Amino acid sequence: MRWTPKGWTDFGTEYRKAPAVLLVEMLFLRVFLPKEAFVDPSLPDRAVSFCPCAAVVVASPGSPETALGGIRFSLGNASRKYEKEVKRMLKTGAEILWECLGREGVEHVFGYPGGAILPVYDALKHSKIHHVLVRHEQGATHMADGYARASGRVGVAIATSGPGATNMVTGIATAMLDSSSIVCITGQVGSKLIGSDAFQEADITGVTLPITKHNYLVTHANELARTLREAFYVARTGRTGPVLVDITKDAQQSSCEFDWEAAKPQLLGYRPDLSPTPQEYAQALKLVQDAKRPVILAGHGILLSGAMQEVRELVERTGIPVTLTLLGLGAFPASHPLNLGMMGMHGEAWVNHAIQEADLLLALGMRFDDRVTGNLKTYAPQAKKVQVDIDPTEINKNVKVDVALIGDLREILRELLLRIEPIDCSKWRGYIDRLKGDSAVRDIQNLPDSGHLYAAHVINDLWRETRGGNVVVVTDVGQHQMWEAQYFKHEEPRSLITSGGLGTMGFALPAAIGVKVARPEAEVWVVVGGGGFQMTMAELATLVQEGLKIHIAIINNGYLGMVRQWQEFFYERNYQSTPLLSPDFAKLAEAYGIRSTAVTQRSQVVPAVRSAREHDGPVLIDFRVEQEDSVYPMVAAGAALHEMIRRPNPIVESAEDE
Amino acid sequence: MLITFVVYVENKPGVLTRVASLFRRRAFNIDSLTVGRTEKPEVSRMTITVDADQDQARRIEASLYKLVNVLLVENLTNQRAIVRDLAMIKVAAKHEERSHLLQLVGVFRARVVDVAPESLTIEITGAEAKIDGLLEALRPYGVLEMVRTGIVAMRRGNKSPAAGPPMGELAEMAPDANNDDPQSV
Ligand SMILES: Cc1cc2nc3c(=O)[nH]c(=O)nc-3n(C[C@H](O)[C@H](O)[C@H](O)COP(=O)(O)OP(=O)(O)OC[C@H]3O[C@@H](n4cnc5c(N)ncnc54)[C@H](O)[C@@H]3O)c2cc1C
Ligand SMILES: Cc1ncc(C[n+]2csc(CCOP(=O)(O)OP(=O)(O)O)c2C)c(N)n1
Ligand SMILES: [Mg+2]
Repeated sequence: MRWTPKGWTDFGTEYRKAPAVLLVEMLFLRVFLPKEAFVDPSLPDRAVSFCPCAAVVVASPGSPETALGGIRFSLGNASRKYEKEVKRMLKTGAEILWECLGREGVEHVFGYPGGAILPVYDALKHSKIHHVLVRHEQGATHMADGYARASGRVGVAIATSGPGATNMVTGIATAMLDSSSIVCITGQVGSKLIGSDAFQEADITGVTLPITKHNYLVTHANELARTLREAFYVARTGRTGPVLVDITKDAQQSSCEFDWEAAKPQLLGYRPDLSPTPQEYAQALKLVQDAKRPVILAGHGILLSGAMQEVRELVERTGIPVTLTLLGLGAFPASHPLNLGMMGMHGEAWVNHAIQEADLLLALGMRFDDRVTGNLKTYAPQAKKVQVDIDPTEINKNVKVDVALIGDLREILRELLLRIEPIDCSKWRGYIDRLKGDSAVRDIQNLPDSGHLYAAHVINDLWRETRGGNVVVVTDVGQHQMWEAQYFKHEEPRSLITSGGLGTMGFALPAAIGVKVARPEAEVWVVVGGGGFQMTMAELATLVQEGLKIHIAIINNGYLGMVRQWQEFFYERNYQSTPLLSPDFAKLAEAYGIRSTAVTQRSQVVPAVRSAREHDGPVLIDFRVEQEDSVYPMVAAGAALHEMIRRPNPIVESAEDE
Repeated sequence: MLITFVVYVENKPGVLTRVASLFRRRAFNIDSLTVGRTEKPEVSRMTITVDADQDQARRIEASLYKLVNVLLVENLTNQRAIVRDLAMIKVAAKHEERSHLLQLVGVFRARVVDVAPESLTIEITGAEAKIDGLLEALRPYGVLEMVRTGIVAMRRGNKSPAAGPPMGELAEMAPDANNDDPQSV
């Protein structure tokens, strides 16, 4: 058997020096280093001294290289100074991971440890990155997602193999459908064990293949730096999205040289930067300038590309009225006179009518989700459509468009703004205003205080109280989400964080933690239903452990309200499995050391909000709202956009707003 | 209609799964898919035929480009292209039928690659229609077993995106999914 020193590969082949050079070097060391240096006390079994070292040279039966390697190895052990030098260049996979995250600008990660990711956790001690310990890995992904949406940076979540990784699936799909840039790092069993159904082995790259923008399995430490750089690059460029990096335990443990520069991403097939042709610009311009009844459909892409200013300029120059998608809220100020409000299933009635009667739809970073269009066969039949989107697969997916401008919205708008001119659509705007007048009186906001507590009141009061501040509302999924969208007027970009595409209940609380970590100076409100809150309320402990001041408003209607509403409208009020027992949320909060109150009257709403804002710490408010209220208007699934179910008349009492 | 794509991908583990998964997820039905090496060790080449209309074809092309490992997509439908399928057909061959069978093989420019007491195995390469033709002609004798590789395709003429430039330029050569390159239907 040939003697191959342990750690042989670590020393690489760069030390191929002539034996003579080596001997001189060795003698030099012998003379100038203290004798003790040649015996490393920390490695008694591998301790070697100068003499055997020299013997190796003479007696080595292998190639000169083997001999040299052996000497190097011996010397490395013998001389602490030398060993340190070698170590400086070598890093374990785990150390490389933290180093790369640091260099990618990561300051916070959200995670949960376990066996297969332990080397990474062990190496955290060398890093300045702050780790937030979550209570469930789904929470970690939503936190990373909230972090990304609130800040525009990449959020990072970490989990162990098997169950840790599979717990992330919901959060990854949530990020995927809303184009949120997160990087998920999972531990994996040792590379030799892959495929053997080893303890806590799950094929997480296989599982997440259709719900990630891209994913990687890393089995060698020396692939790690390049992979991580690619992962961050892919996550934050083009149409942003989640990327998962699965790292085997041995890749975390073994060492290799770390070279950041050499690990630059090289993605030959990745094309994040497309741009339209001059002809396409010209076609789009012509359609816009010729329009008589145009509407701008403003979506999430505006926030993702940072095109708020450009959109505003476009709107003000042309005078085209704007409507927003749920995820677009905040991209254009709610109070702007040309802002019509939200479109779609629970959008404003006048907006949906305007879309149906428009002769031009200019879609900016929105993907014509089915909650936005209603029945496609009857969608905006008279309108020419121009769609600006970074993702070619979104073109003609749901709605056939006349012109597509593919590329980054901000850049495209800048180009358009060079040439676009005002158009006269004041008559059209007047027409929409008249539609609005009719709908506004149906608004529940205008209902006098009759002792009932309506969710709309709670949201509206919350908005009034926090108006003008640096407020971020993070909502869950359900009726409360829609009321928030309708009654909280978002003026600022990234001031509403909500799960739109996947509609993930349980999103709000963990996402809010991510938001607060990303933007500690912001006032963060969670607006959540009793159902969704109970899905991830374990993260209350995370919130307390991190000392975060987050306000939680539970819109507690005693039901899985949104489902109950569907049962009321479409299933003959068969409230099967929707009445929801909840714990006493106030007591629950108390158990975590969180201040809390319950609110049952409209008159208590404002005082509760004020006292929460004044309190130095997290507060939970249990708003016990009307149980069987519904969200209006509503476009039933499959119905045409203008065929809305409206709030029944008895509730329309007065047009007086207080 | 049947659309034929030639897809150049990075030769890395898992890429085939990504491509196949894309068709499954978007509910497009793959008619055939072949994958093999190219003149560059780091590039693999797939020929995919799929039943789709023109709009769907455009979306498939865009979706393929969205995969990080996909380098280049060519839509060869209605292009001047060489399209080949290979089949091995084991056909029952009684002694007295053999000469007929051999005649057929000759007519179709196929080859007999194995002879057994009760059967012949015929190899044929060509466009799918030609193979279908032979198959029909053989049926009366009793087809015992058949395998087809699925088609591989290559554009005729000089212009050959993967052959010319080195890998680095390959990506730049790729037509933007939004430009009106006449070659990408
Ligand atoms: C209970 C419930 C009810 C809902 N009701 C409604 C409703 O009434 N109305 C409504 O609008 N929504 C509603 N939704 C949300 C809906 O499901 C969709 O999530 C939402 O409409 C998507 O909005 P979007 O297209 O703007 O954003 P996304 O889905 O995030 O799409 C963004 C688009 O912008 C593009 N893009 C990204 N980056 C850029 C860039 N840099 N440059 C150019 N383009 C870019 C992307 O490619 C994509 O096409 C509801 C959701 C739930 C859960
Ligand atoms: C994880 C998950 N499961 C189920 C659903 C279906 N769903 C949508 S809204 C809703 C009810 C939500 O109830 P609650 O959280 O109390 O909010 P409310 O609608 O009452 O405001 C349900 C069950 C979902 N969106 N997400
Ligand atoms: Mg509820």
